[in-house]
Amino acid sequence: MSAKGKTLYEKIWDAHVVAPLSDDASLIYIDRHLVQEVSSPQAFDGLIERGLKLRRPDAHIAVPDHAVPTFDRGKTDPLSMTAKQVARLEDNARRFAIPYMAMGDDRHGIVHIIGPELGFTLPGVTLVCGDSHTSTHGAFGALAFGIGTSECECVFATQTLRQSKLKTMRIEITGTLQPGVSVKDVILAIIAKIGTDGAKGYAVEYTGDTVRNMTMEERMTLCNMSIEAGARIGVVAPDETTFAYLKGRDWSPTGDKWLQAVEAWRHLPSDPGALFDKETSIDVTDLAPQVSWGTTPADCVPITGQTPVSALIKDQPAQERVRQSLQYMDMPEGANIEGTPIDQVFIGSCTNGRIEDLRRAAAIAKGRRVADRVHAIVVPGSEAVRLQAEREGLHETFRQAGFQWRQPGCSMCVAMNDDRLKPGERAASTSNRNFEGRQGPGGRTHLVSPEMAAAAAIRGYLTDVRTMMR
Amino acid sequence: MRPFKTVTSVAAAILQTDIDTDIIFPARFLVTLDKKGLGKYAFYEWRHKRESRDTFVLDKEPFSGAEILVVGEKFGVGSSREHAVWSLADLGIRCIIAPSFGEIFYSNCFKNGVLPVTLPKDAHAHAMRAAQLGETLHVDLITNHVAIPGAEAISFEIPADRRLALLNGLDEIGTILADHEHAIASFENRQRQSAPWLFSDTDF
Ligand code: SF4
Repeated sequence: MSAKGKTLYEKIWDAHVVAPLSDDASLIYIDRHLVQEVSSPQAFDGLIERGLKLRRPDAHIAVPDHAVPTFDRGKTDPLSMTAKQVARLEDNARRFAIPYMAMGDDRHGIVHIIGPELGFTLPGVTLVCGDSHTSTHGAFGALAFGIGTSECECVFATQTLRQSKLKTMRIEITGTLQPGVSVKDVILAIIAKIGTDGAKGYAVEYTGDTVRNMTMEERMTLCNMSIEAGARIGVVAPDETTFAYLKGRDWSPTGDKWLQAVEAWRHLPSDPGALFDKETSIDVTDLAPQVSWGTTPADCVPITGQTPVSALIKDQPAQERVRQSLQYMDMPEGANIEGTPIDQVFIGSCTNGRIEDLRRAAAIAKGRRVADRVHAIVVPGSEAVRLQAEREGLHETFRQAGFQWRQPGCSMCVAMNDDRLKPGERAASTSNRNFEGRQGPGGRTHLVSPEMAAAAAIRGYLTDVRTMMR
Repeated sequence: MRPFKTVTSVAAAILQTDIDTDIIFPARFLVTLDKKGLGKYAFYEWRHKRESRDTFVLDKEPFSGAEILVVGEKFGVGSSREHAVWSLADLGIRCIIAPSFGEIFYSNCFKNGVLPVTLPKDAHAHAMRAAQLGETLHVDLITNHVAIPGAEAISFEIPADRRLALLNGLDEIGTILADHEHAIASFENRQRQSAPWLFSDTDF
């Protein structure tokens, strides 16, 4: 911390210290906890075994999202492990009096999509979830991070966590994006630039005129992938855009409390003189749509680019990793990425499953047809997104183009339900991870923006969406 | 939690870097309600690759009984799934040595009596060689050293409170409630005044 002022991260951290624990670690109070079916059963079991109460039921909401089916929900086998996990979450939520968003409920959806939609995510709070993409909520100026199951149990029991204070890093983004280029391309380019551990140990703050001009949905896409650069936390300072988004939502404060809250939130942005431990910047004026070629999210090039040549990489382990990555992906070295044929397209996830994402993809799909060999699905991030899209007729646009229109969930982002790649299949996907087997054992993932995914579905291969703009 | 003081064992070497938690514990096995008995799913795809003729190191003698893993940098990046640590612990792994770890994985280790040791690249390379040769490593949390036969002991750093918790097998939740219950309650009282909108029971 500098004498000249505090960063947003430092302000929220300081306001949540319950007790210092060691030189770098403190016991931190947790205001908000999102609970999902996959990372929570063992945490609830622990609480029950200890005979402890859940300290503050009003600080949690629970929703099944990771493994829920996105079609034929009525046909789910109640004895399947997936159904049992969902049932267990519902039981636990009832037992501990946590608000529960059932499948089919208007408020159901992916945790990181419904938290903001419900106004459960607010500026200035500490927010956690047993899921690494919790960084998404940093878009609101919240200190939000993913935790393990033991930590979920700790939050249930104590409403606190032991945390090491992070260093701070500022990433300044300037310039106006060209048509066909989106925030997904910006964050992929940032990760490619700084690497998968480029922000490890740091709380990242995204600043600059490009960020100020972003909608809340765009800011969420940006913060969502902070973890892919190693940062558990990525924040954007709250402003009028943030307040306008939150006003009137279910959990948002009302009346005098709203005024009081907004007044407090106005003091959150980093002080003008605040120092960051590390700074970097990116000008996005000439940025091209990005696409990943390998098995980490840093393995990205512009769609006009080529796969790397491993022999040119000097560092031995890095060379080996690139070689193995290309081998897994079945991509030649030094070849154009454009034109790579694909089998499946997935539009959805907590990165790109919001209404603006679907609008951009639909604009490309409109009046065109998905290529014969391609299986393409659109999975809205939440019921609210699905209903809004249907009001706008986007589902018809997608269906007429040959995309399947599904019900909300994580779906093919994590391949825990029936939406997955077969071994050897290749996908253009709007999700956030291209790890080996992430979308199904032996499956190959190319990370792209929603408009790039739609373009790939239409042409049947990875292609530059800018050549399809109208 | 099982205390960690020292471990003496052969070490299984996994050279690859960037091993994410999807590789350590594939997502399709996350549909479980348990945290015990998950060792059979650890590195599942790599252990069951049909085309690969090499047996995975953890299925080879003498490494199938290894209590130490030496792995490439950025081990455990990605998903927060604690199942990754549970499955390794279930295989008997007590200590993981790497040049760097994914942060959530690193933190999850401590909750399960597993010691993650971060070594600088040179020292790590040394440990990796010893592991590949099947030598016995000795990891000592009392003195914060890793001993490799025929070489000088390598010291490592670890946050003081975490070290103490591991050494004594302290239960974190029990400790927090015993030591800080009062501080938590007074924090809540203060915050109820300063940010009443965060409490539904203030008058919704
Ligand atoms: S959509 Fe994917 S990344 Fe997001 S919460 Fe679900 S599984 Fe995790």
